[in-house]
Amino acid sequence: MKRLSSPIELEELRQSIVKSRDPKKTIVSICGGTGCTALGSGEVIKAFREELIKRDLADKIEVKVSGCRGFCQHGALVTIEPQSIFYQRVRTKDVIEIIESTLLKGQTVDRLLYHDPTVTGQFVHEEEVPFYAKQKRLILANSSKIDPKRIEDYIFFGGYGALAKALYNMKPDSIIEEIKASGLRGRGGGGFPTGRKWESTRKAQGDLKYVICNCDEGDPGAFMDRSLMEGNPHSVLEGMIIGAFAIGAQEGYIYVRHEYPLAVENATIALQQAEENGLLGDNILGSGFNFRVKVSRGGGAFVCGESTALMASLEGKVGEPRAKYIHTSDSGLWGRPSNLNNVETWANVPIIINNGAKWFSGIGTADSKGTKIFSLVGKVRNTGLVEVPMGITLREIIFDIGGGIQGNRKFKAVQTGGPSGGCIPEKLLDLPVDFDELTRVGSMMGSGAMIVTDEKNCMVDIAKYYIGFLKGELCGKCLPCREGVKRMNEILTRITEGNGKMEDIDLLEQIAATLTETSLCGLGQSAPNPVVSTLVHFRDEYEAHIKEKRCPAKVCKALITYNISEKCLNCGLCVKACPQGAITPVEKKKPVVLDQSKCIKCGSCLDACKLQMVEVK
Amino acid sequence: MVKLTIDGIQFEAAAGAMVLDVARAHNIYIPTLCNHESVLPYGACRLCIVEITTKSGRKRLVTSCLYPVEEGLTVLTNSEKVAAHRKMLMQLLMARCPESEIVKELGQKLGVESTPFPSEDHHKCILCALCTRVCAEVVGVSAISLVNRGVEREMGIPFFENKDACIACGSCAYVCPTGAITLEDKGDTRIIHQPWDEMKFKMAKCKVCGRYWAPVKQIEYMAKKSGQPMEFFDKCTDCRN
Repeated sequence: MKRLSSPIELEELRQSIVKSRDPKKTIVSICGGTGCTALGSGEVIKAFREELIKRDLADKIEVKVSGCRGFCQHGALVTIEPQSIFYQRVRTKDVIEIIESTLLKGQTVDRLLYHDPTVTGQFVHEEEVPFYAKQKRLILANSSKIDPKRIEDYIFFGGYGALAKALYNMKPDSIIEEIKASGLRGRGGGGFPTGRKWESTRKAQGDLKYVICNCDEGDPGAFMDRSLMEGNPHSVLEGMIIGAFAIGAQEGYIYVRHEYPLAVENATIALQQAEENGLLGDNILGSGFNFRVKVSRGGGAFVCGESTALMASLEGKVGEPRAKYIHTSDSGLWGRPSNLNNVETWANVPIIINNGAKWFSGIGTADSKGTKIFSLVGKVRNTGLVEVPMGITLREIIFDIGGGIQGNRKFKAVQTGGPSGGCIPEKLLDLPVDFDELTRVGSMMGSGAMIVTDEKNCMVDIAKYYIGFLKGELCGKCLPCREGVKRMNEILTRITEGNGKMEDIDLLEQIAATLTETSLCGLGQSAPNPVVSTLVHFRDEYEAHIKEKRCPAKVCKALITYNISEKCLNCGLCVKACPQGAITPVEKKKPVVLDQSKCIKCGSCLDACKLQMVEVK
Repeated sequence: MVKLTIDGIQFEAAAGAMVLDVARAHNIYIPTLCNHESVLPYGACRLCIVEITTKSGRKRLVTSCLYPVEEGLTVLTNSEKVAAHRKMLMQLLMARCPESEIVKELGQKLGVESTPFPSEDHHKCILCALCTRVCAEVVGVSAISLVNRGVEREMGIPFFENKDACIACGSCAYVCPTGAITLEDKGDTRIIHQPWDEMKFKMAKCKVCGRYWAPVKQIEYMAKKSGQPMEFFDKCTDCRN
């Protein structure tokens, strides 16, 4: 392949790709993201390909694998172009019907269209589906249209145009000014102004500088970076190359979590394709700028997502953070000036360069500009990946986009920011989502995990879950984090087992304060947030566990019992379901008997009973 | 040189010096457990926290062992806030290592005599990493390391069984502040008692005075490092002249 040596050649290539594609050609576009893959999209893709070959239609109809589209709960997602017919929950058994009805006769398969439980009627096109209607998909816009393994798809939609503009029409300083003016802040959690970070690294002394992409996503329930790296790796890479040019960096690293094989694969392919096309390597687009990038697989620890730990891991050392009194922009990877940004931050860069800082800063709130991708999970009806403008309220995200709570149960809290974030209660649902507002209420934007809980979640148990997660994931280097998290876990366990004392609450608060103030890195400093925020907003639940030995949500096993109602008619389902043999039928049409001494409170009887005869007390 | 104020007194210090070192040079006490002159500052025990106010007015807690001095910096080594957090750090430490003398002494010095947390009785190691840092930075062999993460972190040799890299020099025992690692020379054997087990090494005998003067592996390492022939080490340091 010929390496492109000017912006004109890039545009010529784009024109030739556009010309080679028939806009009227029928395309079956199937989501190849991890969520849909788990729901069988791989088999669906195979079935379409085989069936079309069998019917001699392979030349006329193209089967395309796209990046993640976000509506993961309803996968596997299939779109038929050019009509943009949107099918959801597609399985291999549906393939023949789609081919025969839609592809051959032009009729929709109604049962595969999206039906919304709250709105009557069906939705034929993706953009009409309520899940998508309130989103503002800038970063994720192309994930559903391109094959992440084909650079031509990215170039077709104007990819690398921002790079050409940056290299030929802008100076490094003016790029930095543009990013500063855009108001872009780091999407990895900290929210540090990106332009200022770039400027510090540019100004730092050093012949060799690095840019790093942090794709070591690890928050429970988070898959923003994964989907972006899997679904549109070139957008991230283009941002990195522009950043490297602005900063004056010659080498870059994409640090991808080892458990993300598809992200590793797609990033590696993207690097290779960019290099072959003259968009990476020596003399990029003929500009004289040289820049190389390597993919590095993560060391397997959550703490490696912390910038200094990540750099230690890249150096081949144990992934442990160090004090940041000397900034990584001055002394980072191998002691050289290094600029680390998150996947999503990098992907914002080409958009800002293409559309201008003024346009970008028109989206969002006073101090948080642009959009943010969230992974919306938990008890919400539509789990998936959503991209929304900053300033949208939590209520809009959870109820309008997310479709509300599953089973029409009552919303309790939303946990944002992962283990470093906090739980936000219902009274704060109209909070506009931006960096500073979330921090103000004791949570944080974090990387964008949003876990919705309902009345059946115990908030003490939730706090215990996060502290338990951190107990195994913190590095163990500094005393307050290691010993403090251990003690918090101990205390929370005690409370959930009904052995807590009121003094334990004070102790939790004292440990939390010391962790926040004295821990070495951001992980330790923010580790108590789930405990502190639940103590602020759900103190009554803590007190019920301690004073009344009662778990209001009926979750904590030590504080609940399963009981059989007097109206039970001995259908026998629970008897079969009980793994302990704790339930015995006594008499026909009379309630079964549950032996409490054998019961392990697994809840199998409750799930098995169709007549709600099992009561949790 | 930069000017800074520590506990109300103005000092001058060389740029790049750490606040802890400057304070100590002027006999201002800041407690530490993981700091040692022969290795780089590490920031694990956090006891050396101080409250600083920068020239621009930003106030926060930092670890003085790692914070470089800067012009116009104001440092409080024992403010109310510092003392409160140090107390919690000590309580966490006392629960981890209730038997450690140095922890008890430090607790007394800082006015912390008990801990609200249940005591763990199985370790003396405070995970200050002085042993592993001396082994890596001073000796240069990295025979021991910190293994596992999270609350499971501990000090060890590879897989707790491969002592090949250890030269039995005993620097780890020398530098250990809590006695979690100790050294014992018994006839022709050196025993290094580690928190998880003990390691035994053969000692070399001086051809002149006949005393067991150094571990064989350490002599081999010294010969390799210095380029001296093995015979050079036949005599102990006393008998060499």
